[in-house]
Amino acid sequence: MFTNVDARGLSCPQPVIATKKALDSINEGVIVTIVDNEISKENVIKFATANQCDASCEEKNGAFYIRITKAKTAGLTVSLPTEAVINAPAGKVVYFINQDVLGQGSMDLGAVLMKSFFYTLTEMDELPRSILFVNSSVHLTVTGSPVLELIQNLATRGVTILSCGTCLDYYKIKDKLAVGSVSNMYTIVAEMNAGPVVTL
Amino acid sequence: MLCQLTPQNDPRLLVGLGTSDDAGVYKLNDTTALIQTVDFFTPIVDDPYLFGQIAAANSLSDVYAMGGVPLTAMNIVGFPIGVLDKEVLLAILQGGQSKVNEAGALIVGGHTIDDPEPKYGLSVTGTVHPDKVLTNAGAKPGDRLILTKPLGTGILATAARAEMFPGGVCAAMASMAMLNRLAAETATAFSVHACTDITGFGLLGHLYEMTSASQVQAEIDSQALPLLPEALAAAAYGLVPVGAYTNRAYLKQVTFAANVPEALRDVAFDPQTSGGLLYSLAEQEAEKLLASLWAAGLKQSAIIGKISEEGTGGIYVY
Repeated sequence: MFTNVDARGLSCPQPVIATKKALDSINEGVIVTIVDNEISKENVIKFATANQCDASCEEKNGAFYIRITKAKTAGLTVSLPTEAVINAPAGKVVYFINQDVLGQGSMDLGAVLMKSFFYTLTEMDELPRSILFVNSSVHLTVTGSPVLELIQNLATRGVTILSCGTCLDYYKIKDKLAVGSVSNMYTIVAEMNAGPVVTL
Repeated sequence: MLCQLTPQNDPRLLVGLGTSDDAGVYKLNDTTALIQTVDFFTPIVDDPYLFGQIAAANSLSDVYAMGGVPLTAMNIVGFPIGVLDKEVLLAILQGGQSKVNEAGALIVGGHTIDDPEPKYGLSVTGTVHPDKVLTNAGAKPGDRLILTKPLGTGILATAARAEMFPGGVCAAMASMAMLNRLAAETATAFSVHACTDITGFGLLGHLYEMTSASQVQAEIDSQALPLLPEALAAAAYGLVPVGAYTNRAYLKQVTFAANVPEALRDVAFDPQTSGGLLYSLAEQEAEKLLASLWAAGLKQSAIIGKISEEGTGGIYVY
């Protein structure tokens, strides 16, 4: 008994998605994905191989019939990358930053300390899950921020950067946001619930 | 395609169609040359503001790749007027403006046409000293190659459409929206032989433009390539865009050592949006530039290989 996935006429990555859905729906067995071009064929075979399934391909009338065999031991349903990724950052620290300087006291000193903080953060092997900017700290994520490049560095390494939209509006700097995305209180609270929060 | 047009010879034209470079450069006088470039494309992310940022960072990059400073920009917009909400267009333009502001340049105009599929980009004008123009044609044997951004934006954009690898997708978005300004400013203190930015032809395609224009051969250390998180995993999962296959089929001058994994080859051919700058410079200069890039916070920068000898542009990846 096997399922056919007719992915002819679909463009990348749809044939892979359709194949993934079909493989997810069975514990073991065979599915045949049909595609009409070399690139989709290559991508579906890569997908099958990455999920420890056997794949073989046959060309008939200009279409490729890729026969994918899923053994019971194949780790597909338990090791979906999507789930793994969502789970991985959990437990990582969420930084909540509520002003544009670090600590209370001299503003000048606070500005230097903030720069030092972000520099040190980029040096760490273990990065936070996300950094949340509210109130005057949103000045740190906009054009002209003394720590912009450091925050951009963290963002390119997978740290989620969220700036409070209401705050950007209040300070009239929304059009200057230069890293990460505009966020709302719902997302900020959800993010704070996702990991241990460190407030600066 | 452009090289099939009749070559234009004019002493004031410093960089034209001939060498597949990033932008045109025209000498105004002994101290100033004009850089002009244009690029636009269809949305690669759902968020219109972010799309505007990425398109603008991508357009501005060509000026940085020529060693210049952007001054002014014009919006180029295709938009389904009356179909999509005007707020969407506004967000795209605001995203673009935020990056032009960050570059220290100004948007001075633009043009919108009614188009069933949204498109956005910028025509950017900048300047550079005529003696300091960075082209892709000056790489010399013994040079080291520095790449300033991680690879994998095309693969992760495909992963985004499949709603997989969200961590890598998020990192790719941030990388694409990041200007090449800081890298370009850092490099002005060094004696650079050649520079280009990495976009649709992928690392190996743009490196080939450099090696063929410079009449040299290059060697790339695949283990040294800076990669976006999960780019390799997504490539192994078959989330490889059509462009990566097209680039691979076109680039016959690239050879691989047998032990270079398939997913890493896909990443090296992966078409990039708003990719990093690729610099070629003498070994000692390269080590100093890399240290300066790191000190400036650009810690994804890496020496990825070298120019091995004179030749016809061949690239060996090990």
